[in-house]
Amino acid sequence: MHVKESAGTVSMTQVQNAGSPHLEVRNLKTYFYTEDGVVRAVDGLSYGLAKGETLGLVGESGCGKSVSALSVMRLIASPGKIVEGEILLDGLDLLQCSEPEMREVRGNRISMIFQEPMTSLNPVFTIGNQIMEAIRVHQDVSRKEARDRTIAMIRRVKISAAETRVDEYPHQMSGGMRQRVMIAMALACNPEVLIADEPTTALDVTIQAQIMELLAELQSDFQMSILLITHNLGLVAEVSDQVAVMYASKVVEHTSTAELFASPLHPYTHGLLTSVPTLGMPREQKLNVIPGQVPNPLHFPTGCRFHPRCPVAEQRCKQEEPLLREVKPGHWAACHFIENGKSPMKGADR
Amino acid sequence: MSTEASKNSEVLLRVEHLKNYFPVRQGLLSRVAAYVKAVDDISFEIKAGETLGLVGESGCGKTTVGHSVLRLITPTEGRVLFQGKDLSHLPAAELRAMRQDMQIIFQDPFSSLNPRMTVGAIIGEALAIHGRGDRKERAEMVRDTLQKCGLDPAYVNRFPHEFSGGQRQRIGIARALVLNPKFIVCDEPVSALDVSIQSQIINLLVELKERYNLAYLFIAHDLSVVEYISDRVAVMYLGKIVELADSTELYRNPLHPYTQALLSAVPVPDPTRRKQRTLLPGDVPSPLNPPSGCRFHTRCPLAIDICKKVEPRELDVEGHKVWCHVVEEQITGSRPSS
Repeated sequence: MHVKESAGTVSMTQVQNAGSPHLEVRNLKTYFYTEDGVVRAVDGLSYGLAKGETLGLVGESGCGKSVSALSVMRLIASPGKIVEGEILLDGLDLLQCSEPEMREVRGNRISMIFQEPMTSLNPVFTIGNQIMEAIRVHQDVSRKEARDRTIAMIRRVKISAAETRVDEYPHQMSGGMRQRVMIAMALACNPEVLIADEPTTALDVTIQAQIMELLAELQSDFQMSILLITHNLGLVAEVSDQVAVMYASKVVEHTSTAELFASPLHPYTHGLLTSVPTLGMPREQKLNVIPGQVPNPLHFPTGCRFHPRCPVAEQRCKQEEPLLREVKPGHWAACHFIENGKSPMKGADR
Repeated sequence: MSTEASKNSEVLLRVEHLKNYFPVRQGLLSRVAAYVKAVDDISFEIKAGETLGLVGESGCGKTTVGHSVLRLITPTEGRVLFQGKDLSHLPAAELRAMRQDMQIIFQDPFSSLNPRMTVGAIIGEALAIHGRGDRKERAEMVRDTLQKCGLDPAYVNRFPHEFSGGQRQRIGIARALVLNPKFIVCDEPVSALDVSIQSQIINLLVELKERYNLAYLFIAHDLSVVEYISDRVAVMYLGKIVELADSTELYRNPLHPYTQALLSAVPVPDPTRRKQRTLLPGDVPSPLNPPSGCRFHTRCPLAIDICKKVEPRELDVEGHKVWCHVVEEQITGSRPSS
C-alpha cells in the first residue's frame, strides 16, 4: 500500500495489513472547545479496518475511543469539532461529504450500536417502528414491505415471536433483548461497517456471551467489518482480528490480536495485560500495577503521554513525542525504546 | 485456597436461612400484591481472616445479602450471627457497638462520599460516633489510616471532588478501616474503576487483609477478580446459593451447570485459548415470580422433570456444596424422591 505523506503529519498511515482497508482513519483530531480550555479528545488517531475483519479499539475511560467512533459517523456536536484528518470509506472521504451525503452513509453504509441499550431506544415508539424507520429512510419500500423486513430482521437477531414482539415497546424487553433490537436496527440496511461501542458493557456475562455469538454469526452472514470499542481485553482477545490500543487520545500500539497478546511491545499495553486477574491465575502472583492515573485531556504530559506512569521512562520521553512506527513487520508501536522488535519491559514475552 | 490459619480459626459470621422479601404494593389501598424474593433461604459462614466471594449476575440478590449481614436491611426471616450474637434482634445501642467490627465499602466511589465533607471528616466521623480518643488522637488516627490506604495524610482537608475514582475508593476503604474492624463487606469495590486502577485497589485490599487479618464478604460480578481474591466462593442465582466451595476447587471443578455456564461465558484475554462455550438461552427470570422447583431449570441445559417440581437440596461433597438434582444423581447414584 502506498500512501503519500505530506511533511508534518504524523507518519502513521500504513497501519494495515495487505490490501486497501475498507475504513481508514488518518491523523484524526477531534477537539472540544470548553470554558476550561481545549480538550484534545482524539489527537492524531490513525487506523485501518479491512473488509470483513474486526478491529478492537481498546483503552480506558476518557482515552478517546468513543469520540473517535462518533467522529467517524460525524456525530460530533458543538463545542466539539473535527479539526483535522481524513476518514476514508472505500476511498470516499467522509469529512468532505455534505450533510445530505453523510445521511446516505449513516445507518446505511456505516451503522453503530451503543453501550446503553436502555437509553438509546426511544421509549414512546414500538421497536418495530424504530427499526422500520431505518429501512424507510434509506430505501424506497412500501410500509408493508418495510414491516415484513423488520419482522425478518427481528427473527435474524433471534428474538422469538417476532410477529408479536415487533409491536412491543422497549420497556417490555430485558437489556439483552434491547441490545438485540439495536443490532437489528443497525443491520437493517445491510451496512458495510458496524461500529460497536461497548456493546456488552451494561450486560451480564451470560448475556454478553449470547450477544457476541450473535454478532459473530451476523458478521459472516452480512460480510461486514466491525469496529469493536471496548475496555474488556478478554472480549478483544476472543473476537477481533486486529487490535489498536489507545492511550491519552492516541494509538500507542497496533497489531494482530495474536501478536499483541503474545508479545505486547508498548509498556502501557504490557501494563494493561498484566494488571487484570485472569481465570486460573495463581493467587500468589501479585497483580501488576500501573502507578498513577490516566492524564487529564486538558493537560496532557509533554513528550510521551505515558511517561509519568511508565516504568522505563527516561529524560528523552519527557521531551520528545514518540511516533507510531513499524517496529516489527505488521506491528506498530509508539515508544522510543523498542529496538529490534523487543519490548523495553523485562519479561514482556508471555 | 484456604490458608491453614483460616481453617483453624473461629467462625466470625454465620448466616442461617436468611430470607429477604420485599413487598410489592398495588392498587388503591396499596395492598401487598406480591413479594420480590430477593434472597430466599441462604446459609453460609465466614471465618476470621477469610474472604468469601459472592458472585452472580445482576438482580441475583448479592447486594441484598451484603446489606442484610450488616443489618442495613432487616432480614425477613433467618438469623445473622456475628461472633455468636444474633444481629437480627439486637437492640439499637448494641447493634451500633457491634458495627465497629463490621464495615462496608461501596461500589460507586462517586456517590458514596458526602461532597460537603472533607476527607478527614468523612473518615473521622465513625471515630467520633464511637467515642474513640479525643480530637487530637482522632486526627492522628485518620492520618494514619490514610497512609495505610496509600493516600497522602496531607489530604485531610480536601473534598472528595478533588480526587480521582481510584483515590476516592481508597478514601472509602480508609473510612471502613479506621475503626479496625474484623469484617468488611466489599460490595463491587472495583467494578466502577478503570482497568489500570482496579489492580491498585485489589492489591491494597489483599495487603490490608493480610496485615490486619480481615475477613471480607467480597461481592462482585467479575469472576476473575473474585477467584483472585477469595478463599471460598458462593455462586448465587435468583436469590439462592447454587454452589459454594473453596475458590480453587470451584473454578477447577465447577459442578453446577450454572457455574459452568458462567465460567465459560467469561472472555479470556488470551487469543490462543478461544474456547467452546456453553451458551445459556434466555434471560434471568424475574425474582417476583421465580420458576418453581430449581430456579435455574428454565435455562438449564441438563434439566430433567424433577427440576421443575422439587427444589434441590444441599449436597456436600467434602466441603464442596452444590444444589442440583442432576449433579446429586450423578454423585450419589440415587434420584431424590419428590
